[in-house]
Amino acid sequence: MNNPWLPEKHRILDIIEETDLESTFVVEFPNASIRHGQFFEISLPKIGEAPISVSSFTDSTVEFTIRRVGKLTNVIFDLAPGDDLYIRGPYGNGFPLESFKNKHVVVIAGGTGVAPVRSTLKHFLHHPQDCKDVYAIAGFRDPSHTLFENDLKAFVNAPHFHTTLTLDNGQKEGFKEGFAMNYVKDIPFQEWGEDYAVIIVGPPVMMKFTAQECMKYGVQEEHIYVSFERKMSCALGKCGHCKINETYVCLEGPVFPYTKAKTLMD
Amino acid sequence: MSYELTYEEMNHVFDSLRLHYKIYAPKRLKNAGRYCNTDIIRYKEIRSLEEIEWNERSQYSPKEVFYPINQTLFHFTEYGFMESQIFDKDLLIFARSCDIHGIKRLDKIFLENGNEVDPYYKRMRDKVHFILMECPEEGWESCACCSMGTNKTDDYDLAIRPYEEEGRVLVECKSDQFTSIFNTYPKTTYQPAFVKKNETVIHVPKITEDMVADIYAFDMWKDYQTRCIGCGACNSVCITCSCFNTIDTTYTENGKSGERRRTWTGCMNDGFTTVNGGHAFRDDYQDRMRFKTMHKVYDFQKRFKTDYQMCVGCGRCDDICPEYISFTHIINRLYEEVEARKEAKADE
Repeated sequence: MNNPWLPEKHRILDIIEETDLESTFVVEFPNASIRHGQFFEISLPKIGEAPISVSSFTDSTVEFTIRRVGKLTNVIFDLAPGDDLYIRGPYGNGFPLESFKNKHVVVIAGGTGVAPVRSTLKHFLHHPQDCKDVYAIAGFRDPSHTLFENDLKAFVNAPHFHTTLTLDNGQKEGFKEGFAMNYVKDIPFQEWGEDYAVIIVGPPVMMKFTAQECMKYGVQEEHIYVSFERKMSCALGKCGHCKINETYVCLEGPVFPYTKAKTLMD
Repeated sequence: MSYELTYEEMNHVFDSLRLHYKIYAPKRLKNAGRYCNTDIIRYKEIRSLEEIEWNERSQYSPKEVFYPINQTLFHFTEYGFMESQIFDKDLLIFARSCDIHGIKRLDKIFLENGNEVDPYYKRMRDKVHFILMECPEEGWESCACCSMGTNKTDDYDLAIRPYEEEGRVLVECKSDQFTSIFNTYPKTTYQPAFVKKNETVIHVPKITEDMVADIYAFDMWKDYQTRCIGCGACNSVCITCSCFNTIDTTYTENGKSGERRRTWTGCMNDGFTTVNGGHAFRDDYQDRMRFKTMHKVYDFQKRFKTDYQMCVGCGRCDDICPEYISFTHIINRLYEEVEARKEAKADE
């Protein structure tokens, strides 16, 4: 029988160092079933498993941007291109890109929250016909924590993108100062009527206040999507760690419409 | 069809059954209890009727037979994973009525929740056959099975009533696969008796979705911030608690082989909601108690749209709590708070 617990071996093709603490692992994965915003369980024998968001993918690869913060991620950082990684998935509910057609798409991401929305932004970069235009705000803590240098450049330069990069602390060329949330006011929501969608991904506090800030400028909560982080140990709805109320984040999430997300109280 | 056997005859039946079944029953383990000179009653494999503890409810539920505290998922070497294997025999498990109902709740999580059936649970669960044990007339002090609708069941293969002093048993055989074993013994009219009334009563709060935010803010949860110590004993003895951790461990000093296993845990435990990077949601004990309570008497039913709640009213959690917190009392208190809130809203 098919065992959903069994991780499969996949080869690491490349490792891109993003910051001192974060790297992007490009893994061979010949599969077309991934949706933007989904996650995998990354696994190593002897060490364990952890849920990691999809940072980007193609027809033959999937990318994970991993921060070195624990036992498993420490060991992953010792791997090299050509080594094998065990993964299972993809899991969860992704962003509903098909419903973004003919709409203005706003993406507001903070810190490592940029990783799960990176694939969505790249999709719109390469397929401008799939939305009207993109307003992106990417916020980072300080210059040493900025991710995806090349992608950010592409987003800034793309004609159908309006990209703002921010730093909470410190300064860097091309980056504005302050929280990502502070630049919501520059987005022309009033001109759009109903034809827009907003994606907010980041630390829980950032998501909450940014959503409130958006609503202050007339955004209706029905148009907002957020992505939750929880302890998705099994990703199958069995272990109970990611449960909030009667909802399992690994099954119904991690992407939720804000109308649902605001009821998920812990 | 029901039969009467002597203990010796029943033990012979067990001998022949054990060719194809592992038989598990509550067994008193001397001096193995939590405190000095106390016993514990847990499920163990048995060979004869004399080993069974009939007169007290087991501290641990029969869940531990087919969903063990530690369960191996994979064995691994440096080069890959191999699925674990299990024994061929089926399982015969002595259980109370509320236990049989409780296992139906576990089935919801492992077999129905999400898009996948859990193969490790299923391969053990498919082996299970129940032997019903009767309870005292009103159950034990902390039982509330009548309130939760788990006092009666017809979901068993055999039922056994012992007369220990007389050395005989009455057996009801409901399943065809066991009839051939018993049909040479004298027939009788035995039918198992079920509890009709409990000393303890649970009033399940009637919660609607619009109340949930208010319930989270109730002052009553604050009491458990200091009373509850987050030991997770209630999770361990609860037959419907299904949560677990997945851990890799190595067998050898060089660390080149080992296993991935899952181990029971629970929402009351520290670390249950801690993510990479160290942040824990529901870090306060009051939040865990609220979460557990809502799971048992609201969230489960809401998710699976059952006509029963997750809690079966077995009372094991009340008996095991080192801080003497009564979960039954918490539910009843929540009921009263919810009713008071309804009245307050009606007055507005």
